[in-house]
Formats: sequence, structure tokens, C-alpha cells
Amino acid sequence: MSETELSRPISRREWLLSDAPQSRRQAQLGALYQGWLTFRANKLAMFGLIILILLFGMAIFAPWLAPQSPFSQNLADRLQPPSAEHWLGTDSFGRDILSRLIHGSRITLFIVGTVALIAPVAGLLIGTVAGFAGGWVDQVLMRITDIFLAFPKLILALAFVAALGASIGNAVLALALTAWPPYARLARAETLTIRNADYIAAARLQGAGPTRLLIRHIWPLCVSSLIVRVALDMAGIILSAAGLGFLGLGAQPPMPEWGAMISDGRIYILDYWWVAAMPGLAIFIVSLAFNLLGDGLRDVLDPKGAKE
Amino acid sequence: MSTPLLSVKNLCVTFASRRGDFQAVRGVSFELGRERLGVVGESGSGKSMTGRAILGLVRPPGRVTADRMELEGQSILNLPERRMRKLRGSRISMVMQDPKFSLNPVMTVGDQIMESYRLHAGGGRAAARKKALEMLNAVRIRDPERVMDTYPHEVSGGMGQRIMIAMMLAPDPQILIADEPTSALDVSVRGEVLNIMDGLVRDRGMGLIFISHDLNLVARFCDRVLIMYAGRVVESLPARDLHNARHPYTQGLLRSQPRLDTPVERLPVLQREESWRSGELDPLPET
Amino acid sequence: MARPVSARNRRIRRVAGTALSLALTLLGLLLVTFIIGRVMPIDPVLKVVGDRASQAQYDAVYQAMGLDQPLAVQFLRYIGEVLTGDFGRSISTGQPVIQDIKRVFPATLELAALGTFIGVSIGVPLGVIAAARRGGWIDQIARVVALVGYSMPIFWLGLMGLLVFYGILGWVGGPGRQGIIYDGMVPQVTGMILVDSLIAGDWGAFRDAFSHIILPASLLGYYSLAYISRMTRSFMLEQLSAEYITTARVKGMSERAVVWRHAFRNISIPLVTVIALSFGSLLEGSVLTEIIFSWPGLGQYITNTLLAGDMNAVLGGTVVVGVCFIGLNLLSDILYRVLDPRSK
Repeated sequence: MSETELSRPISRREWLLSDAPQSRRQAQLGALYQGWLTFRANKLAMFGLIILILLFGMAIFAPWLAPQSPFSQNLADRLQPPSAEHWLGTDSFGRDILSRLIHGSRITLFIVGTVALIAPVAGLLIGTVAGFAGGWVDQVLMRITDIFLAFPKLILALAFVAALGASIGNAVLALALTAWPPYARLARAETLTIRNADYIAAARLQGAGPTRLLIRHIWPLCVSSLIVRVALDMAGIILSAAGLGFLGLGAQPPMPEWGAMISDGRIYILDYWWVAAMPGLAIFIVSLAFNLLGDGLRDVLDPKGAKE
Repeated sequence: MSTPLLSVKNLCVTFASRRGDFQAVRGVSFELGRERLGVVGESGSGKSMTGRAILGLVRPPGRVTADRMELEGQSILNLPERRMRKLRGSRISMVMQDPKFSLNPVMTVGDQIMESYRLHAGGGRAAARKKALEMLNAVRIRDPERVMDTYPHEVSGGMGQRIMIAMMLAPDPQILIADEPTSALDVSVRGEVLNIMDGLVRDRGMGLIFISHDLNLVARFCDRVLIMYAGRVVESLPARDLHNARHPYTQGLLRSQPRLDTPVERLPVLQREESWRSGELDPLPET
Repeated sequence: MARPVSARNRRIRRVAGTALSLALTLLGLLLVTFIIGRVMPIDPVLKVVGDRASQAQYDAVYQAMGLDQPLAVQFLRYIGEVLTGDFGRSISTGQPVIQDIKRVFPATLELAALGTFIGVSIGVPLGVIAAARRGGWIDQIARVVALVGYSMPIFWLGLMGLLVFYGILGWVGGPGRQGIIYDGMVPQVTGMILVDSLIAGDWGAFRDAFSHIILPASLLGYYSLAYISRMTRSFMLEQLSAEYITTARVKGMSERAVVWRHAFRNISIPLVTVIALSFGSLLEGSVLTEIIFSWPGLGQYITNTLLAGDMNAVLGGTVVVGVCFIGLNLLSDILYRVLDPRSK
């Protein structure tokens, strides 16, 4: 009997959605697939995802996609309106705006990616250690977090960049320095609920030390809520980064950073609107995509928060 | 027999969801006179939803249908919201489970009672205040003047529920629906709250629908009992005849109650049968 | 009589706790600005004495500035200076920083206050209605408004606003706070031109100032609206599912009264905090807006001095904004206690 049942080929979908997974791997993949099904049902989130995939593609293949070099100046062609030759027009040095936008996607992704890597990891470390250790460690760490939370973020980032000097690296550092505290709070809150769970006690009875508990048992459980938060924060990070670039405190000319490009177009706004308008639209579309993606991810990973 | 206070025939409450319709109440019929009617059932049996349907408080995506739903001979089924509002509070009212949640936390007790009275009786603040004090006296609250100015978090659960009763009875309704009015309260004050409610309902010649999961309490306190299971009334009988219940669900419920006179080693667990959900019901005795 | 005393003790202890945590936050703020000031690659002494000073001159100034002292001593000295309102002298304006800030701050305050006013007066009703008619068309609009607000760079929207409403339509005044004819014509009382022109009874100046402030203030208002309407909506949804709302409906209240008299009264308390926070973020968010609109406020001051490497001014401005944040936190905390009967 079992012979025939086993030999019946089951589709991959059935295998993934099985109620009785045969292995841990199957269960994990199944859970992932369920999440994907929920996410896929959210049209706006899918739209966001597609835009971001396109953005990644654009960043990777920038040299091949861009019709011209982002740096090649042609003063004869300066401030040209959008046309067949220059789809999005040219800037005050006669550079092709489309090409600069395409290359600029690399900078945007670099800034956002790095901040989104540093801030949550720092927050996770600080928050889980505070929550897990408790006592004065918790007190001190949370006091520091509160102090950073009470700061005006953008101004603090400005002051940091001013002190360290204007460059992309320092802009990333400044943004990360102001972005970690909410993650620390979140991770601490999660840790406090997990800490007293029975299975943590069980792991402890099996002889797991604090480091092992933290790395193997607590971190994995904090990750999903942190991911949601990161996805929702991405748009904010993009806007702050563009703000720093606009003020001349991020990427330095002639780098095609989107915020700096808006700043370049600022003085021409009344006569040559496209110079500032195009990079702004690019920023808007990308941060909108991140916001939509974040909403969708929250529905999948954090159904409680989705109720709003 | 004169027209009953409330007459309900074949009441259904349906919730449309993505996975098809879910029927929370399926064909409930009963009549209510100036009496105390108990509605007993486990959670999810549709007893609370029945109460809310009578008050017209089922909100979309919920849908209420019935062959008849009449208040003193006048149909109240799916009335326009404006007309239903006139009935709510003034003719049918409801006391809910937990005063901690059912009183507005940022309004004083007095304001809440006065608001309830003035909505229907109109009149000035002075008259409303007098009525509120009178109602607080009626639910045997000492020092009502002081209680008027307190906030809900400052009163105990038993007192909160008495305030709730005072508030709901202030506009003199004819029917009171009490939805588990004592299950959130301390055991020691349950009897007192029930007695106060009972006295007021009797004195005013009101009809009471007492919704509870506690069969003993209902048997002691009500004139007549409806037993609900899975959205249907499986049995209806006078409270004093409860021990003669014929439906296996009711019998099972009765058997699973601990008794002091015949203690048993282990209470039997209620074994549910699919037929209770969908099988033919004995014709209900007409009342 | 024991109860009131202990209640008062508890209140005193709570106030003391709040004050302590505020003091610590302030200390942290000053520590951070102090550290930023020290890690600066710019030599503060050179900024004062210039490149061609002799070693003796250099050393004299070095000592006069207290730079030979241990860092802890320098920090204590810094705290003392800040507490007495001494942020040093700005290199770019040659004035004491505190004087500069006194001059530019009212402009920022005026802008942020009007922005918050716009955000609250539209955002709160929008959020309430969106929650009361969940899934309806107003809810959809509110969602789009918030989503766009969260995704749009404020400085870009400002530029586009200038292009459309000033450049093309000519409906509003251009950059700056006043037109040239009114510049300096209104006697200064509060430093906020809208208020000062009203005090002076100068309607022309008021109209002119209004036409200049309305665009940047609406812009800031839009961002505050996006945030406030979302928060209002989620607070309202939480309250509308509460049992006391059913109670109000059972009483026979109209839906409008249920929403505004019962649910709204309950959210007005947490809403105070949201509004205070949003006001704080507008004080900060005005940095970029002020640049776009050449608005002579604190944001523009900080940015300009920053680009000039004028660290005293930058740090002074940072401390002032930080103190405003802390003050707003304190204010919302106090209001919360006053408004919520449960906290008494």
C-alpha cells in the first residue's frame, strides 16, 4: 500500500504545502512558500518588488544600459530639454541626465544597502545583549539608546558629517549612527519576551551557554521583525541620504548622486525644470517601491503589526 | 395571549468571507414576554450574536435575515439606522461582560449615565443629574454624589457593573439583554449584582434576555431557558424542567456539572456529535 | 490621611524621575556635540589666530581656549558655557552664536508652527474619517496621501512647488520671508513676521509675509499631515474596536457622536504626543525646506555655517534643536498626565 503511495509523483507545490513535512528543510521551505503566496497576493507589494528588481538590474548593468558616459561634458548641448537624443534632457554641463540617473542607482543602492546592514546589526547586538543580560548592562545600554532617540536625527547626521568631512562613506556612517536606536529597542523588546520562554530554559538545561543562547536561539527569532522594520525604514534612509547629498554633504561632484543632482538643478528650476525634476522622480519611485515592499513584508512576517 | 414583547422567527446571521459564508446564527426562533429568558451555550454557539442582531449591531460584512423580528408587534428587522437608534437604549438595552472595557475610560461615570438618559428623554443637565443619582441609588451605590465624579478605573468590577446597569436602565427600556453580565466579576459580588438586576427588571415589568455559559446560574435565575449549539436553538424549556431535558447536548452539559450531593471521581467529558449541528430538531414547544 | 501623602510622594518621585532622565539626555546631547567638536579635523586655534600667527600667539590662544586641560575638565567647562548660553563666537558672522540663534530661530519657529497647524487641522480629521469609514474612498485617499508623503524628498517637492505656484502660476511670493518693499518695515517684537505685522496692524505686510510663508508651511504641513493622519487612523481603529464603543451604540448614539465624543476623546491623549513629536521633526525637517526657500531660519544658519566650517555655530544650533526636542518630550509627558484621568 505504501509502495503505491510513495511512488505516486507529487508536484513540487504539494511537497511545499504538505501538512506533514518529512524534514526540517521541507518545513522551512514550506513556510517560506506560504509567505511568498501571501506576499504575491498583495499587488502593490509585488509592484514595489518588481521596481526594485529593475533598479538592481539597472545598477548592475549600468555601463551597458546608459546611452552615454555619466561624466562626459558637452557644453554645446547644455540644458537641453528631453528629446529623442537625450530622453531626460541634459544638465548644465551638457551631461545626459538619463545616463547619470542610471549610474546614480549604484550610489543609492550602496548607501542604502550599507546603512541597512550596519544599523540593524548594531541595533540587534545592543538590544539583545541589553535584554538578555538585564540589570545595569540593560540600564546603561538603554539609556544610551534613549539619548540617541531623543536627538534630532538629520541635524545630528549633519553635525557628524561636518566633523568628519563630506564624503559618501561619512554620510553612510552618519546615517547609520542615527538609525540604529529603534532597532535596539525592537530587539530588546523581542528578547525580553523570548528570554523567559520554556524552550530557552530547556536549551539552558542542555548546557547551552549565554553566547550560544544568544546566537542560536534569540537572534534568529528577532530577525523577522527587524527585516520588516528595515524594509519600512529604507525609504526614510534614501530620503535622508538624498538630503545629505542635496546639501553637498554626501557624494561629491561629479558623482551622479541623485540628491546632489537635484541640488545642481536647483538654480535652473524656473527655466530648465527637468534638471531637478528627473532625479527627484527617481528618488520618489524608488522610495515608494521600498514603502510598498515594506508593507507587503509586514503582512507576511508580522501579521500583528499589519492590523495597524 | 397578548402580543409578546419580542418575537423572533428564523433569525440568521451570516458573515461573508473569502472562504464562503459563515453562519453564526442559523434559524433561531423564540418569543419573549415580561419574563427572564436564559440563553445558554458554549462560546461560538451564536448566543451573543443573537443579542447583537436584536439590537441591530451586526456590522458588515455580517448580514441579518429573519422571517420575523418584532418588538411589540412592530417589525425591527433591518430598520434604517436612524430609526433603529431611537429604539436602542430607549426600548432595548444591553449590559456587557466586563465593565473595565465597556465603560468609557476618559469620561466620568456621571457623564456617561446622564448622556444615556438625555439621548432619549432630552431635558436639561439638572434633570439628567437627578435621574442619574436616582439610578445609582437604585443599584444600591452608597454615596452616589461622589461616584458621579469618578472615572471608571477608580471603581471596582462589581460597582462598575452596577453603574453599567444604572446607565442602561436610565432611559427605562422594556427589554434588557444581559450578555454574560457576571462572568468577569469576582465570585463574591456576582450574586449581589444579579439580585440588583433581577429586582429592577421585575419592578419595571421588563423582559430580560440573560446570556450565559453557566447552566446552573441560568437555571436558578431565569424562568425559561434556550439551549444553543452551533448557531441553533437545540432545546427550549422552562427552567424548572431542566432536569427533564431531552436533547443529548443539554443532558451532556448537565452531566458535566459537578454536584455536591452525588460527587463523582471524574466528570464525564461532553462528547459532541455532528448530528447536533445539522440534524432534525424536535419541534419546539410553542410558548 | 495616609493615602494622599503617599500619592503625593509618588507624584514627586515620578516628576523627579522624569527630570533626572531629561538631565541625562541633555548631558548625552552635550557629550556628543563635545566629541564632535573635538574630532573635527579643523584646528580651532588656527581658525581664531589665522595661518600666519607666531608660535607664541598660537600657544597663548591654545591656552586661553583651555585646550591644554584634560578632556574631562574641558567637557565640564563646555557644560558650564552652554548652560550660561555661551556657544562661543561664530566665525562666519563674527557675532556670538547665541545672538545669531536668537535672530534666526523665530523664523524657523513660525514656519514649523504654521506647518504643524496645517498638518493637525487636516491630518486629524482625515485620519478619524479614514478609520470610521475603513476601506471607503476617504480611507484610500488618506493611504495614498501618506504613502506619497513618506516617499517624496521634501526638498524636491519644495522645488516643484516653487516652479508651479511661483514660477508658473504666480500665486505665492517667492523665496525669502518678505518682499523687498516690506523688508525691515515691521517693528520686531516676537521675530515672527506674521505676528509682528498683526501687532503693528500692518495688513499689507501681513499679506506679503503670508504669501511667502504659505508655500513652505504647506509643504511642511503635508509631511506632518502624512504622519499625523496615519497615527490618528491607527489609534482610532484601536479605539473603535473597544467595548465601550459598543456601549455607546447600545445607548442609541449616532455614529458621529460615537466617533467624535467617545472614540476621539480617548485618542486625543496619545495624539498630543504625536503632535509634539511631529512639531519637533518639523523644526528639524525645516533644514532642507529653508534652503529651498532661502528662509533665514535656524536650518539655513546651520547648513551655511557648516559649509563654512564654522563649528561653534553648527554645534550651538545642534544643541538648541536638541534642547527643543527634549523640551517637547517633557511637554507631551506633562500634557499626558494632565489630560489622562487614569494617570492621576
